[in-house]
Amino acid sequence: MAQIVDARGLSCPQPVLMTMQEIKKTGKGQIEVLVDTDTSKENVSRAAASQGWQVGNISAEGEGYRILIKKDA
Amino acid sequence: MGRLKNVFATRWGIISVGAFIGVFAALLQKWGNPGNMGICVACFDRDIAGALGLHRADVVQYMRPEIIGFVLGSLFAAYLFKEFRSRAGSAPIVRFVLGVFAMIGALVFLGCPWRALLRLSAGDGNAIFGLAGLIGGIWIGTLFLKGGYNLGRADKTHTSVGWLFPLIMLAFLILRLVFPPLDGQARNGVLFYSLKGPGSMYAPLAASLLIGLAVGFLAQRSRFCTMGAFRDLILFRQNHLFLGLLTLAVFAFLTNLIVGQFHPGFAAQPVAHTMSLWNFGGMVVAGLAFALAGGCPGRQLFLAGEGDGDAAVFVLGMIVGAGIAHNFGMASSPSGVGPHGVAGVIISLLSCLFIGFTMRQKAA
Repeated sequence: MAQIVDARGLSCPQPVLMTMQEIKKTGKGQIEVLVDTDTSKENVSRAAASQGWQVGNISAEGEGYRILIKKDA
Repeated sequence: MGRLKNVFATRWGIISVGAFIGVFAALLQKWGNPGNMGICVACFDRDIAGALGLHRADVVQYMRPEIIGFVLGSLFAAYLFKEFRSRAGSAPIVRFVLGVFAMIGALVFLGCPWRALLRLSAGDGNAIFGLAGLIGGIWIGTLFLKGGYNLGRADKTHTSVGWLFPLIMLAFLILRLVFPPLDGQARNGVLFYSLKGPGSMYAPLAASLLIGLAVGFLAQRSRFCTMGAFRDLILFRQNHLFLGLLTLAVFAFLTNLIVGQFHPGFAAQPVAHTMSLWNFGGMVVAGLAFALAGGCPGRQLFLAGEGDGDAAVFVLGMIVGAGIAHNFGMASSPSGVGPHGVAGVIISLLSCLFIGFTMRQKAA
């Protein structure tokens, strides 16, 4: 079960802040981040990678994206 | 998705965009723009306010094509890469007010973050105090962000909402074409012009407009932001945007050296004063306002170009703020801060702190 972070409609740096908070809280596993701009998509992916998380599938959803990030163990 | 990867969002992308802006900002000065002001978003918004007659400082009146180019270049890039998204409704009144305060602070220092870098790269030591203030202001902003400061979500809206600001810029461009500056005349049609001072100094229209369009295009693709550069460094220890900022300063410095625009010192620097405390204080206010609004003045223009109605409101706040700053004697001049500049800094700082402390909300 992936945790969901809904950052749609929020401007910089809220999507990254929320993703980082969730990463800290869960430590490992899967998180799905919902964003609605390409900038947020890039920023969230970059932030997740910097924390040692893998950026998995990025799918278009509505006007935005659903980004799956994960970390095993 | 099968879409091309955005090369400008890579490390080399942001670095090359910083280099482009650094070189061409220095060249715009060479080609006629005011001293150490090849590009200054705050100063140029202020000049536009003057051209429209929103303030009475007759030395800073010019419909700057660079600003128009930034917005339209970003609009073009956003459409080309299918990123135009009309959105609005995230506390617009707060963004307007932050734009006003950002401008008051920037005009006490005499420059936006871009110009702070350009001033430094041309040897103006006073810029060090401005940049220190900028970083200090952004640092205060990050404390609010960590504490839950948030202006709430924007909503998707009619496409035409996102078009309004670019259309305003198009209208400004038409005005500039229909009523061009005339030798020795302080007015042509509805537009005001300066006969002396920074407002009377400008690069040829085509150079200003084309470089503005190119910068707008590249900055939209790369998400170039000077406030974000420091914010991400402080908040997330991420240096991505900072690399762009650093490259801008280095390439502007090199270009200034080559074309003979590097003059190190503190006294008698162009469109600058030496009151260090207020160079610092003005930019603390500006940095905090940018951080609370989520972008430097340049970034707000690029966002406005890609459909962000809230960023457009921030820019309108800056233009109106320029009128207030000059009419109320809060803007500085080369002789020092204006008669009410100190009061302006203190009131603006307190107001920004009020916004930061009281606008915390859970993103529901």
